[in-house]
Amino acid sequence: MLTHRIIPCLDVHGGRVVKGVNFVNLQDAGDPVDIARAYDQAGADELVFLDITASHEQRDIMLDVVRQVAEQCFMPFTVGGGIRTITDVTRLIQAGAEKVSINTAAVVSPDIVAQTARRFGSCATVINIDPKRVPAAQFLDDFRASGRPEPDDGGWRMADGGWLPTAALSDPSSIIHRPSPIIFEVHTHGGRKPTGLEAVAYARHVVELGAGEIVLTSMDADGTKDGYDIEITKLIADAVDVPVVASGGCGSPQHMVDVLQQTRADAVLAASIFHYGQYSIAQTKQVLAEAGLPVRLT
Amino acid sequence: MIIGIIDYGMGNLRSVQKALQSVGAEAEILRDPRQAEDVDKLILPGVGAFADGMEHLNRLGWIEPIRRYVDSGRPFLGICLGLQLLFEHSEEGDAAGLSILPGKVVRFSEQRGGQRLKVPHMGWNTLNWTRRDPLLADLEQGAAVYFVHAYYAAPGDPALVSAEVDYGGRFCASVWRDNLWATQFHPEKSQRVGLSILRRFADVS
Repeated sequence: MLTHRIIPCLDVHGGRVVKGVNFVNLQDAGDPVDIARAYDQAGADELVFLDITASHEQRDIMLDVVRQVAEQCFMPFTVGGGIRTITDVTRLIQAGAEKVSINTAAVVSPDIVAQTARRFGSCATVINIDPKRVPAAQFLDDFRASGRPEPDDGGWRMADGGWLPTAALSDPSSIIHRPSPIIFEVHTHGGRKPTGLEAVAYARHVVELGAGEIVLTSMDADGTKDGYDIEITKLIADAVDVPVVASGGCGSPQHMVDVLQQTRADAVLAASIFHYGQYSIAQTKQVLAEAGLPVRLT
Repeated sequence: MIIGIIDYGMGNLRSVQKALQSVGAEAEILRDPRQAEDVDKLILPGVGAFADGMEHLNRLGWIEPIRRYVDSGRPFLGICLGLQLLFEHSEEGDAAGLSILPGKVVRFSEQRGGQRLKVPHMGWNTLNWTRRDPLLADLEQGAAVYFVHAYYAAPGDPALVSAEVDYGGRFCASVWRDNLWATQFHPEKSQRVGLSILRRFADVS
């Protein structure tokens, strides 16, 4: 039986893991390879390395990190952060990343999704989607500002399952009768930059282009530790037939149980609950197993 | 004893090489088909599209050397795409394979066994070995290994299968015939369990 993957996410800056990883027996808490090894031994199912380096000059350091992890850790891992072109993708894959995770570049030029899938297969093509709830009126403003063509199906899905017709662009009164119409709008830059894209339609679109997995980070839940965003995870995991990784908001293993039981999400990503030693991977998997969810016990 | 790993431009081979080295084997990446004659065992790894894989093998002159190598009875291991390429045909790109093994490669259907299925099949799934495959000798029934693929092999001869896995129905996770092995999963990504399989391959004679 296919098990649910538990995926720790590591932020890497200048070749060092930041946000401190607090593990016993770790010689160097900032060394990506040491940390990957520790997580490997702890039974993590996969790792995500997110390059949060701002400058382009330091990209080569990340390639070196990827090379070392690939050569010393015999477990699956994904690399994301700052991927702008197919050349960036190629260099990461050649360095040993088996999957690359693309965020902003897929919004700006969706062609990179198709190029990556064509060249390295859908299995290697992961798209990060960062949705955030915005009032419909604001979404319409963002959409106008984005200069995107109107959607073929004549509108957008609202968070409550209702429909926001494109007619609302010229006639805002058509949505006024709803108490508080909300749209899940895709954002970039950690939730700061709206895109004018509705998240469910966007997810479908990137899958059509060849995405083989979606990492969904709710900008409303991220950092709260109040649990994953069940609502948007359910909408997107129902809308596509590729694996969906729930991300953002995890504060306890029970939150993982909730999102895996209540949605079609396949895997869960978390950072702080593991890094600070609050919960071990083994404890977490025990909670999931007791809830009747299939996990890999090592 | 040297294990050769075929480099045909389909994915990074370093993790396969390093995994073999970590279990004490000597592993070399081969870029020239003539090198196949100098190694004791051969591995065909690979990720990516089936048709591209065949096209690269053909262009680099690997097709006949691989067939000869398998015929010679020396140990051979295919991994992931390297398993699929051993068969006669794949739906992926409607392409012919190496035809070393009978059977074809087909895509997972999003509707399988009456349920909606995510494709690709991605993650850790549990193996049920159906025969005493010497490479799987250290594995308990139900050991989890790492899969990532959208197509799977349907061998023409069911007796080739040495382990199965369930994903909306059972399918072939590994094949074994004489000194020819192949796994749909990635032993080099399957942590301790995967390394035990590579160690067994290094040890077979």
